[in-house]
Amino acid sequence: MKNLVLGNEALAQGAIDAGLSGVYAYPGTPSTEITEYIQKSKIAKELGIHSTWSVNEKTAMESALGMSYSGKRSMAVMKHVGLNVASDVFMNMAVSGINGGLVVVVADDPSMHSSQNEQDSRFYGKFAMVPILEPSNQQDAYNIMHYAFDLSEELKLPILVRLVTRLSHSRSGVTFKERRNQNAIQLPVNTKRFALIPAYAKEQYKSLVGKKSSLLQSSEKSQLNKLTLSEDKSLGIIACGIAYNYVMENIGENQEFYSILKISQYPIPKAKAKELYDHCDEILVVEEGYPLVEELLHNYFDEDSKIIGKLSGILPFTGELNPNIVGKAAGFFQVNKKNISDIVIGRPPQLCEGCGHTDLFKAINELIPEIGEKKVFGDIGCYALGVLPPLNTINTLIDMGASITMAKGAADAGLENAIAIIGDSTFTHSGMTGLLDAVYENTPITVIISDNSTVAMTGAQDSAALGRLKNICLGIGVDPEHLKMMVPLKKNHMNNIELIREEIKYKGVSVIISQRPCVRLSREKKEEIKQKITSLN
Amino acid sequence: MKTNIILSGVGGQGILTIAAVLDTAALSKNLFVKQSEVHGMSQRGGAVQSHVRISDKEIYSDLIPLGKADMILSVEPMELLRYIPYLKNNGWLITDSKTFENIVKYPEKHELFKQIKSHDHHIIINATDIAKKMGNSKVANMVLLGAASSLISLSEESMLQAIKKLFKHKSDKIINLNLEAFETGKQLAKDFTEFVY
Repeated sequence: MKNLVLGNEALAQGAIDAGLSGVYAYPGTPSTEITEYIQKSKIAKELGIHSTWSVNEKTAMESALGMSYSGKRSMAVMKHVGLNVASDVFMNMAVSGINGGLVVVVADDPSMHSSQNEQDSRFYGKFAMVPILEPSNQQDAYNIMHYAFDLSEELKLPILVRLVTRLSHSRSGVTFKERRNQNAIQLPVNTKRFALIPAYAKEQYKSLVGKKSSLLQSSEKSQLNKLTLSEDKSLGIIACGIAYNYVMENIGENQEFYSILKISQYPIPKAKAKELYDHCDEILVVEEGYPLVEELLHNYFDEDSKIIGKLSGILPFTGELNPNIVGKAAGFFQVNKKNISDIVIGRPPQLCEGCGHTDLFKAINELIPEIGEKKVFGDIGCYALGVLPPLNTINTLIDMGASITMAKGAADAGLENAIAIIGDSTFTHSGMTGLLDAVYENTPITVIISDNSTVAMTGAQDSAALGRLKNICLGIGVDPEHLKMMVPLKKNHMNNIELIREEIKYKGVSVIISQRPCVRLSREKKEEIKQKITSLN
Repeated sequence: MKTNIILSGVGGQGILTIAAVLDTAALSKNLFVKQSEVHGMSQRGGAVQSHVRISDKEIYSDLIPLGKADMILSVEPMELLRYIPYLKNNGWLITDSKTFENIVKYPEKHELFKQIKSHDHHIIINATDIAKKMGNSKVANMVLLGAASSLISLSEESMLQAIKKLFKHKSDKIINLNLEAFETGKQLAKDFTEFVY
């Protein structure tokens, strides 16, 4: 019997079977289950594969590079916006190149099911000039990892594997293959290329640019890029990654009537694309995310303006694709859909009953009349739901860590009573450096760390902040007089309001750690947290 | 053979267990399966759905196209109506009658059930209350799956085996309760004539 796995899990097993020695990651929907699968895998444990969470995506990718430097195969995993955080090392390790195979797996979230934007990670791959692989189904996600690691070692470059929510979070039956052994430690022959002082970096950058033709050649001959030409020349379709499924769903058994180029490896196989272009009267480009392929093909050879897709407007620019959108664009018959009844109303997500964030927000809300509206800077996590009614506490949400730094900038502008709300794990991910900025200038802001002792939104992963928040803040230089603890519970409501009010009054940096474990955690887990906090303080 | 089922409910109501039974049963018969699900933010008390596709041929899309679902199986009645655009003509609607009202302005219930009943092929049962009487409201999902079972082109035996497999690490009591819930649901669907609110 085949193995019933999510796209994410298929990819994780593929990595294990391709000789992985370590995965480095920070949780983020829709990528989280990749690392969790390896953490739970018995064979990964026996093989000693590293899988502990990193503090953020940058530290994760740098550690993956360190493992690769030592000769072993490593993987860095993140959601699309996580790659922004790790982009510094990502861009530079394309220049240095890698030693042991290194695969960066990024899960994009078109339609923003659990994200703040729809950025298309393929652009990062193109930007860094590294190969990109884009599986279209679960078996592909498994198979592609063997290929990715081999290709990485062959080209001495990191490989970007791009997933999207619908593949990450969809299950199917997958066949696993034999497992390859891990690499032994083997340091680079020449370490110069990893030391990017300008003199060496210039050489390395030339060498990266010089690899362009090998990358293209690899794409042209890749099994992942399949061109099928049919006699009917009216419409040719270029289908990338998961978009291929939506095309095939519509075509069904009439495959012989369509000319299709399936793309799952980039750079775009130019020759194959040109062959399709010359063969057909019109070319529909179907890709999830931004119109990367469509735009490039326009630039390469669309003198006759016969390429259609997101740029031409036949496919929507925003939101994810589905079989109906693609079917309509390709001219397939669409069933007349029934409408949703007017009585059906939205059911947005909300904070769980008894959640500590709610008690914190209620306390802050009581203070809004005296401190003024629109002064609460928020961050990424469950507590982002405090943006919505009925709480309406939080005014901003931009990226991991921006609460503290935006509050600081606003205070620098002269805004009084600026408050930053940030979760425990988000604080250690990207909040600590911003707090140091504020401490350095003793900026008058109140930072509230809403500490539920877990990475709750993504399913309660361990938080590196656990038990360390107080010491971190003191270490950064927060005045002990203005580092306060509170427990967000109904019975403490009046005291908590008073405590927050006092710290807002203080014209310098105050930090309030509002601490109560996530209500979703089991009793055993809560007990474990309590002990850890005690032992570290 | 090709079956498309939309499972719907509110985050935390256990639709993924239903999905897991269907997937496991289908794979055990060497059929192709695709099943998309929702993780992340929506799981916090928001609307959730899962698309389950089973076929004897390769399945491409992880999402069911509009108008192509053979059945919507919902653990919450308003959530059932949310996915009506996916239902094919004469497709089946199966739902728990128990509402989950964590939002203001929940629709008026008489109208809600009237609209569900306007579809010829529907089964509405009070699965949550029945499950509670059986000793655990959590098995409401198995009551509903049992109610839907005769309308799904998978053998009953394969679904029962799948339940046993999925709960194999639980006590015999839990396994039997789930099997019993399935059986009860099957019987209720057989006897179903009309739901009166």
